[in-house]
Amino acid sequence: MLSRVADSIYWTSRYIERAEAVARFIAVNLNISMDLSTAGNQQWKPLVTTTGDDEAFTEIYGAATKRNVIEFLTFDRSNPNSILSCLINARENARSIRERISAEMWEHINRFYLMVKDVGDAEGILDDLPDFYEAVRNSGQQFVGVTDATMTHGEGWHFCQLGRFLERADKMSRILDVKYYILLPSPQHVGSAFDDLQWGALLRSASAYEMYRQRFGRIVPQNVVDFIMLDKEFPRAVLHCLTRANESLHAITGSDIEGFTNLPEQRLGQLRAEFAFTSATDIISRGLHEFIDDFQQRMNLVGESIGTTFFSLQTA
Amino acid sequence: MFSPGGSPRTNCQLLYKHIQELTSNDLRKRKTAAERSMIRLGITFNVYGEQEGTERIIPFDILPRIIQGEQWTWMSKGLKQRIIALNMFIDDIYNDQKILKDGIIPEHVVKSADSFRPQCVGLKPPNGIWCHITGTDLVRDADGEFYVLEDNLRCPSGVSYVLQNRQLMKQTFPGLFEAQFVRPVDDYCSQLLDALNSLAPDTVENPVVAVLSPGIYNSAYFEHSFLAQQMGVDLVEGRDLVVRDQRVYARTTKGLKTVDVIYRRIDDDFIDPHVFRKDSMLGVPGIMDAFRAGNVALANAPGTGIADDKVIYAYVPDMIKYYLGEDAILPNVPTYVCWDEAQRDHVIKNIADMVVKPANESGGYGMLIGPRATKEEHQKFVSLIKANPRNYIAQPTLSLSRAPVIIDDHLEGRHVDLRPFIIYGRDIYVLPGGLTRVALRKGSLVVNSSQGGGSKDTWVV
Repeated sequence: MLSRVADSIYWTSRYIERAEAVARFIAVNLNISMDLSTAGNQQWKPLVTTTGDDEAFTEIYGAATKRNVIEFLTFDRSNPNSILSCLINARENARSIRERISAEMWEHINRFYLMVKDVGDAEGILDDLPDFYEAVRNSGQQFVGVTDATMTHGEGWHFCQLGRFLERADKMSRILDVKYYILLPSPQHVGSAFDDLQWGALLRSASAYEMYRQRFGRIVPQNVVDFIMLDKEFPRAVLHCLTRANESLHAITGSDIEGFTNLPEQRLGQLRAEFAFTSATDIISRGLHEFIDDFQQRMNLVGESIGTTFFSLQTA
Repeated sequence: MFSPGGSPRTNCQLLYKHIQELTSNDLRKRKTAAERSMIRLGITFNVYGEQEGTERIIPFDILPRIIQGEQWTWMSKGLKQRIIALNMFIDDIYNDQKILKDGIIPEHVVKSADSFRPQCVGLKPPNGIWCHITGTDLVRDADGEFYVLEDNLRCPSGVSYVLQNRQLMKQTFPGLFEAQFVRPVDDYCSQLLDALNSLAPDTVENPVVAVLSPGIYNSAYFEHSFLAQQMGVDLVEGRDLVVRDQRVYARTTKGLKTVDVIYRRIDDDFIDPHVFRKDSMLGVPGIMDAFRAGNVALANAPGTGIADDKVIYAYVPDMIKYYLGEDAILPNVPTYVCWDEAQRDHVIKNIADMVVKPANESGGYGMLIGPRATKEEHQKFVSLIKANPRNYIAQPTLSLSRAPVIIDDHLEGRHVDLRPFIIYGRDIYVLPGGLTRVALRKGSLVVNSSQGGGSKDTWVV
């Protein structure tokens, strides 16, 4: 497969997953603010903080009001991680490889993009926010379904999987991180109904609520961390994502899953193994936020090495 | 569609009846549905020099244009004859130059053409075929006669729209196709792939074919991508390819892969910075070297543009006579070449009735349409011609035929032309149909999509 094509497939899939994740972030907050009408519910700044775009946001918008944050994360073209920017990028990438992906995939991305763009062009979207973000999440998931059902499960498909699962692992960890930033009104609220509601909202935004209930029943923070980070079978859990990404990486090179033949295999393999042999107690005792921070930095290194190993046109 | 008396032509009666039965609202709805479907499918072209919203659809008119079978048979015979002669001409120009020595075409006309490539002199492509894919523009005059308006021998665009338009028509008027005997066009991509495969060196058993595109911002990018997709071959850009030891390789995730045949959609100027424009970032350094060594086939071969210079065009009937000993089946539009003093005087004297075209522009740019222009514009073109006579030709304004087009909720006549596509591989294949382009502005003669032209499906019945 052409390096440029592999690169574009990988990024198309990452951008679609990212758009979906941003919609989930916003849904966490919308959920919380709808559930709670007392003080402490209007915290929008943390969303910007977790996406890492604090500086750019403050420069353009100043105050972190609901409207500003939503505009910045959803339709702002100057924010490379806004939902609209992600879809523009996904579409540009897909357009450059139309001949390699299925017609259905292209058509779906094109429609997805047009849908978001049209909503952005129209006024008054704030009234229908939950519907809109649900539509974004649905479209993201439909893309996965269309891809799975229409694209040959060969090298290109594995690059698609690789991009999707790495992005999902990264963003799931960030969703968990949102909880760290959304402050409770006071320390006494830890473990209160208030706290519970926030964890529940978080699980819902991760599409993990029902599956969590089946696995653990009561909502206990440590179990939520366990489920989101370390579950082997839940398709959105970080460990599951790392495992699937690792499988696709080895399918691409044809190398033995137990070993490594290049840098991305080594880095991802190590990271996955550490997740497989850690526990929620370990994570919490290290500090959840610190753990996530370290995880994200290592994910960046995995991404970088994939770029230089497979996509860089200078090598070869 | 209609005969001069105003009644529908024989082969159009079924369609006519079908349309009569539709309300104007119906027509509009079907047209909107077809165009929406184009947006959804991303059947677009890029407009140069604009920022966002640079992708547009070519407005699509759902009334097909119908061409009678017998007329088509005659036309395709003419097109085959023409493409054979043109290829013999190109091969001759870059090798023995007999036609110049015999004085059929003045040497200075060829040598002064912008599209003449001294770098191609002495090249011998397989079977002496240089131009494998051609799109020839035809127009019909008031007398019902078809004339060749120009030959596009470099990277002719539009065939993807022919194929997509047909798909859209099947969605729009499903019932009609069962009853009509419309010749199918779906064969095109198989024919193209066969032709490209046939260009590979005999030693190669399973040739690797690729379509070479300047990239996503090119106006015809949709077409490049579509053709690669339909043939199931790689769409590559210059940066995907590398030349080592006179061989062309693609950079893949598993290292370098040999490429045997390239359908290139990059202009000569940009294809190889070692040989042509040094500043080109689009091309592949060293690809001409590999081509010369016979290690890669290029379709169309660089240099083919010499035969679609508009001054050279004026000599095509002479070429047909010279190489084939036959009279041209399809006539040219009468053409005056301005480098010739007598013809130039005639053009200048009659400038108000002439269409004046620069020899080397495409897309309908830089033209004068005498009867529609002001006195100042006439004067401007007179001085342009005097300053650079080699660069201009002039043709009398034809009374271009018109076809009915849906405008809002009713039909109006608009000028049309026709671009059939010809593939020259082991045999010559003429796609039954072609791109009918429509000048959508009332009274306009310009059909180019870059200037707001639309398109129609073309039915050979």
